[in-house]
Amino acid sequence: MIRQFTESEFLFILASARWTLLLTVMAMLLGGLLGFLVALARTSHLAPLRVLAAGWIGLIQGVPVLMLLFLSYYGLSLAGFDLPPLIAATVSMALYASGYLGEIWRGSIQAVPWQQWEASSALAFSRPQQYRYIILPQAVRIAIPPTVGFLVQLVKNTSIVSIIGVVELARAGNLVNNATFQPFKVFGTVAAIYFIICWPISLLARRLEGRLHARRAG
Amino acid sequence: MPVVQVEDVHKRFGAVEVLKGIDLTVERGEVIAIIGRSGSGKSTLLRCINGLEQIQSGRIEVSGHVIDASGKGLRDLRKDVGIVFQSYNLFPHLRVGENIMLAPRVVLGVSKAEALSRARETLAEVGLAERFDAWPDNLSGGQQQRVAIARSLAMRPKVMLFDEVTSALDPELTGEVLATMERLAEHGMTMLLVTHEMAFARRVATTTVFMHQGRVWEMGPSERIFGSPQTPELRQFLGSGLK
Repeated sequence: MIRQFTESEFLFILASARWTLLLTVMAMLLGGLLGFLVALARTSHLAPLRVLAAGWIGLIQGVPVLMLLFLSYYGLSLAGFDLPPLIAATVSMALYASGYLGEIWRGSIQAVPWQQWEASSALAFSRPQQYRYIILPQAVRIAIPPTVGFLVQLVKNTSIVSIIGVVELARAGNLVNNATFQPFKVFGTVAAIYFIICWPISLLARRLEGRLHARRAG
Repeated sequence: MPVVQVEDVHKRFGAVEVLKGIDLTVERGEVIAIIGRSGSGKSTLLRCINGLEQIQSGRIEVSGHVIDASGKGLRDLRKDVGIVFQSYNLFPHLRVGENIMLAPRVVLGVSKAEALSRARETLAEVGLAERFDAWPDNLSGGQQQRVAIARSLAMRPKVMLFDEVTSALDPELTGEVLATMERLAEHGMTMLLVTHEMAFARRVATTTVFMHQGRVWEMGPSERIFGSPQTPELRQFLGSGLK
């Protein structure tokens, strides 16, 4: 039986957006934490840490998110860890985010002029003190625009977890479409919701970029 | 006891030996100018004295701290050695006052009140007391350089190193920085300065060192170095500077 695309179908899709948002937030938090460590390791003066971090970034960026997803969902369940789809999805998205955020933040740390390291070394700051008081505060400003830009990508890319059965925004659209067979209405709605989430973030990114640029010029 | 003692210091960058056995002694209250061509090793020598460059052999002692080829104990040494760079290198995310207070607070662990009083005192000393809350970006080059001097002074160093501190400045801004340095010298600060300001070196420095090809080629009281240079290289250097 073919159902109509009514208010209740619409509300079902809208409500499923919470899983998209939750996934995004969790991936950003966990991935950010790991990505921060990766960025620190990547800019460390200990060569093995740098190599390890570079390897991690290369691996994550060189492998499709889909494979991370299959590995953590099917792979780990074969190995005896039966992860619920939502957990497997969160883990995969967080790993994915760590690789990209690590690289973005490495670039931001290295974009701080080397004279800032030298001036603070000359004032007898230890390396952790340099990071804490001199380098990171400046790197954060550089990092904000590309980080927010990545966040937009992350929101949209969470749609991939529909593959393992997490009913987030994209999967909800798919389900409703299968029942109503009204792809334009259904996926138009889904696309609109993604847009409503992403558009303000993009605007924010552009504003931050403009402001930081103005500050440097002034 | 000398504040700085440099003994037979050798420094290589790759295959190029830029310091070929430097000996130099700086007594308390002395002002020593180091002059020489670009590439003569004068900036490198200065940077070795607070360990920004590692030496391959020899020994540097600054107020009881020893640097050798191992590079240990650098942080303690740097607490006693201030250095000011050509490019100021203020911390752009902090206001002027915070720039000065940060190292005493974080590195020396002094109280906030003490750091504040040091910042006010050193800013007054460089003539910028009223710019405490300004952002570095809003200062002229000369003012930024004076803040950089104040930032170093707030660590209460035993010796101050100046690495071509006026080379990036317009002539009119150079004067205010030189005046600040001259006042420091008059107050008895021990100073080592690499400079291209020959008139300043002659007037303010007690001793002038002429470096050439990685060696101390000629040194002595500034009046004699500038008044009656002994070596042809120094004569040529000073002559070319006048043209």
